Amino acid sequence: ATVYLPLKVLSPPVFSHLSIFLHMHILEDLNKQLFDNLVSFLRRSHSEFQEKTTEWTCRMKSKEIPTAALVLGVNVTDHDLTFRSLSEVLQNNITPYIAFLEAKDCPGVKKLMQKLMGQLMNCYVDVDSSEDEDYVQVSHNRIRCSMTSLINWYESVTKKTDSETPSKKRTSSSRHWQSPPVVVVFKDMESFSTKVLQDFIVISSQHIHELPLVLIFGIATSPMIIHSLLPHSVSSLLCIELFQSLSCKDHLSTIIDKLLLRASFPFKLGEKVLQVLINIFLYHDFSVQNFVKGFQLCIVEHFCSQPVSVLCCQLVDAKKRADSLSHDQCENIRKLPSFRRYVESQVSEKQIALLTEDTYLKETTQKLLEDLHVYHENYLSVLRCLHVFTSFLPKYPLGKQIRELHCACLENQVWETEEYESSLQLARMLNKSDLVTMLQQCVEIFVSSSGKEFDNTVEKLKEFLTQFQKLEEAFQEQDVSVSSQKELQKKTDLYHLQKTLLELKESRRYKKLTKFEMLRFDVVDYIDSLVRNYLVPANHKTLHEIAYFNTASVLREHLNAAPRIALHTALNNPYRYLKNQELKSDEGSISNKAPDICIVYKLHLECGRLINLVDWLEAFSTVVMAAEGPNADAASSDQVDDIIHARFIRAVSELELLGFIKPSKQKTDHVARLTWGGC
Amino acid sequence: DLFKHIQNQIGKSIKVQKNKTQLMVGVKRFVKKLENISDDEAQEILEEKNYVAALGLCTQDPMGNGSSVSGGEVYSFQTPKRSSKMAELASELAQTPGQSVAPDHSECPEKTAKAPQSSKRSSSDKVQQRNKKKEFVSTTPYRLRKRLTAPDPYLESESEYSASCSEEDEEDQKEVSTVLSGQKTPAKTKAASTPPPRNTLAKKNKNKMCEGMFSDNKLSQTLHDLLKKAPLAYAAEIKELNQQHERLFSKWMLQLHLGFNIVLYGLGSKRDLLEKFRISALQESVHLVVNGYFPSITLRSILNSITEDVLNHIGTFRSPPDQLEFIIKRFKEDSSLELYVLIHNLDSQMLRGERSQQILAQLSSVPSIYLIASIDHINAPLLWDQAKLSLYNWLWYETTTFSPYVEETSYENSLLVQQSGSLALSSLTHVLRSLTLNARGIFRLLAQYQLENKDNPSYPGLSFQDFYQQCREAFLVNSDLTLRAQLTEFRDHKLIRTKRGADGVEYLLIPVDDSTLADFLEKEDEDL
Repeated sequence: ATVYLPLKVLSPPVFSHLSIFLHMHILEDLNKQLFDNLVSFLRRSHSEFQEKTTEWTCRMKSKEIPTAALVLGVNVTDHDLTFRSLSEVLQNNITPYIAFLEAKDCPGVKKLMQKLMGQLMNCYVDVDSSEDEDYVQVSHNRIRCSMTSLINWYESVTKKTDSETPSKKRTSSSRHWQSPPVVVVFKDMESFSTKVLQDFIVISSQHIHELPLVLIFGIATSPMIIHSLLPHSVSSLLCIELFQSLSCKDHLSTIIDKLLLRASFPFKLGEKVLQVLINIFLYHDFSVQNFVKGFQLCIVEHFCSQPVSVLCCQLVDAKKRADSLSHDQCENIRKLPSFRRYVESQVSEKQIALLTEDTYLKETTQKLLEDLHVYHENYLSVLRCLHVFTSFLPKYPLGKQIRELHCACLENQVWETEEYESSLQLARMLNKSDLVTMLQQCVEIFVSSSGKEFDNTVEKLKEFLTQFQKLEEAFQEQDVSVSSQKELQKKTDLYHLQKTLLELKESRRYKKLTKFEMLRFDVVDYIDSLVRNYLVPANHKTLHEIAYFNTASVLREHLNAAPRIALHTALNNPYRYLKNQELKSDEGSISNKAPDICIVYKLHLECGRLINLVDWLEAFSTVVMAAEGPNADAASSDQVDDIIHARFIRAVSELELLGFIKPSKQKTDHVARLTWGGC
Repeated sequence: DLFKHIQNQIGKSIKVQKNKTQLMVGVKRFVKKLENISDDEAQEILEEKNYVAALGLCTQDPMGNGSSVSGGEVYSFQTPKRSSKMAELASELAQTPGQSVAPDHSECPEKTAKAPQSSKRSSSDKVQQRNKKKEFVSTTPYRLRKRLTAPDPYLESESEYSASCSEEDEEDQKEVSTVLSGQKTPAKTKAASTPPPRNTLAKKNKNKMCEGMFSDNKLSQTLHDLLKKAPLAYAAEIKELNQQHERLFSKWMLQLHLGFNIVLYGLGSKRDLLEKFRISALQESVHLVVNGYFPSITLRSILNSITEDVLNHIGTFRSPPDQLEFIIKRFKEDSSLELYVLIHNLDSQMLRGERSQQILAQLSSVPSIYLIASIDHINAPLLWDQAKLSLYNWLWYETTTFSPYVEETSYENSLLVQQSGSLALSSLTHVLRSLTLNARGIFRLLAQYQLENKDNPSYPGLSFQDFYQQCREAFLVNSDLTLRAQLTEFRDHKLIRTKRGADGVEYLLIPVDDSTLADFLEKEDEDL
């Protein structure tokens, strides 16, 4: 999918990030370790075949098919991406002969072989785009799909590479060996029928000395499944090695880190929106792909619905654009709630200038944009720094992942929350070595951050570090505190910690604090001051609407819709949609002037499993006649009756289409109800 | 919430009511411009932004989503019902205040008195209830049936009908209609050079069409005539509602192009809405309309119309997956190919199957195929598992329209149309008349046997062997091969159904209710 509509124009970096995203290079990076392991496994697995050793032991061994069990996790929807990049990696490093099999294509061994050979022969054609078309013309449909023909094919292919010109041979052998293995990937191992798998394994193990076959099982659940699917006699033919891909949670963390926690990426998610996305991920599907989709939707919605999103781009561009804003766009800025707040905080002459002069507004906007940018840079560094601290604490009062901390900070002033309070208290009890490592990490973060204000901070932190150093030299004084320190380390649960905390508080009155304790207090206080300075929630910032997307309801509506509830509402409370006073009614009841289908629906709710159509019609016409009132005079009553009848038929058949009722064979003139709710 | 409101107003104030088509053209031009845009043209970009703003108009529409309803209300437990409750509710509703109750008071209690009476009787006296029911049987559908037989001459002259069938070009493309109009864009000259596929398609589907049109024309006609007399309630409000949805069209286009697919849900027919979308946004692009509610639509026909009419491929495929593979390959090779697929009722009987959903999902995941579909059934979301959902890449839109499902309920799979039985009868006679005398005899045998067993509730059907024996004895067939050939023909016309019993024996059934069958035999006898 290519994103080329307004996004590209509005902010090239957004687009480039997005396109990177769409192609999921991030995922590839994540799986690099896994792929490296796999590649080395594949190289190892057929070295014997390579060397063409004819020893007896080797032959014994070669009854076994080398197999990689690839545990991919429950997020099935992401597997395709992993496989796609896997095939790329293998093609580049190991072998051109890769076949991907899916359970739905392989109901039987015959089908499986057909699919397998089809893919292998195609990839043969792809790899050396050779001129011998006639060979290709022998389409795989007509080839008898058997193991022997597969072996014949393999021999002919490898021979061909042997007989090629030396120069060509060298190039090819740099990438692949002379006889590269044939890799067969079972994408969804669990859904294959056991018989197919068993047969295939048994057959191919018979030919393993002629055909260097390697199997890869894609597993979503646990490696145990191999043994429950395959009996011992079959699984003993496999030489299985286990590989674990990164968990989906780690994927998510990386993606959040790479996209949301970067100052260079101008588009930001508001707290609610981020929460919705994470909830969908955690409670619905664990699918990174869906998270990305939600993120894309946010971007689209933001640029579509927020007029000031013009300015959502890199600072340099944003300033340029702010300079060339039209009058209408200036008005849009003036309408922003955050901007209004800002105006109110100014002196009166400035207020007037901001509200009337476009040029002055533009200047201010540029200044504010810069402020916002600086805020982001600082925010992220301090956030990471705080995360270093909180992730060391027992029970993680502010969350284990940085995304939780991020959410907490976005939501409101984090230092006012109870969790923050307790984590500070816990931080005041950290031991020295932990504190020192944390401080070092923080220094690294600040040094590498792009914010300019942190020179002092770095110095201050370094000073703390040297003070700790000095403390170490004057170690003998610390006997007492060390012992209490040890006590603390032993008891890690919160209850005991709090208890000791209280005790410490008590004792503090009587006991003079040691130097180390004083220093620790200083450090924690300093971190606290950083947090209060820099982790102000984004919605307190002027012009935050430009960068932050906050309408979570849109997201929920389009990604996590509830069609059944919508139907229920429409049928029970048509006034919600049709704004007519006549339809207004109390909760739970319905006006008798409601649309036919609503009345019919309401009536059928009073019935049991079977509904008598005649009773139903009778009841319906009672209601409708009452609603129509006196104008239905007796003369045309026959006509009216017919019309009501027809309306009833329509409404009932609509209910059938919606799946509330179905025709019943049990009794004539009855229909069966299919739902129970909504009474 | 207030903020949202303000934002919404801002959006509205920006958006000048622009002509929708103009807007789309604007976007297109805009896309082309993208390629050679430099930073200096910032001013121009900002102007273009107006288009985007107009595109957006994030409607925080007043109807929102019904998320205020708790799950317990929608999915509650079954509660025991009294039989008279419906009538009680009806009378209660009939007397709700706010009505001019006084004049119809004389009529109303009478009516309500009648309804409980009947149900009371049903609970007390079973035998009497039987009789009563019989009467009812004749009243309800019969009234309908009588009305339906009125335009019968139209049906009787079936030769006339089929002649007119091919001329009815407009209506004939009901099932799958492809519109190719690429004259304006040079990239699509290939598609444009072929004659518009409408005719070929119509011809090919003529047979199917006829079946469909019968039910549509004949049955619904009377129903429609009647319903036309009854004015649509709350037309103004419904129109307002629809206009709200129509404002989303440009946004849909944008999102389709961004790789999402769109699914519409909510009460009311979304056919007109999608049709409007097609007319306003898709006139200039290649698009395919699939009427999922059509009873004889198949996955194959959808795929065929893509390969034959969009890709101009002549040839057949062994299986839908093969065909799909071909389509995907073609779309990958040629990046200029674009196709919009509109599916009315993606959750219909015929497209509901796991396999067809899988293939449609895979189709929709092709980057240059844009799918916009509607669903109506309450359980429609259960069709899709995680894998399919991620292929479909849906964006959900609630489009409650309250429009009547006119088209969707007018085919023979609809409940009340089916029950009247006259369609089945007419199609029986219609089909049988075109068969040989022997074939008709074979069918008569089966029908008679079924009628003889009509009181047996566990009648499985006539087993093939017995049937063959009987046919042989009546000198209708001379080998079981001829019988099988005959049965295949019946099955193609949906005259019989076969099912395997527990013992593996094949049983034959005529899927028509007994009274219709009796009527049919009577008529046959008259003919002879």
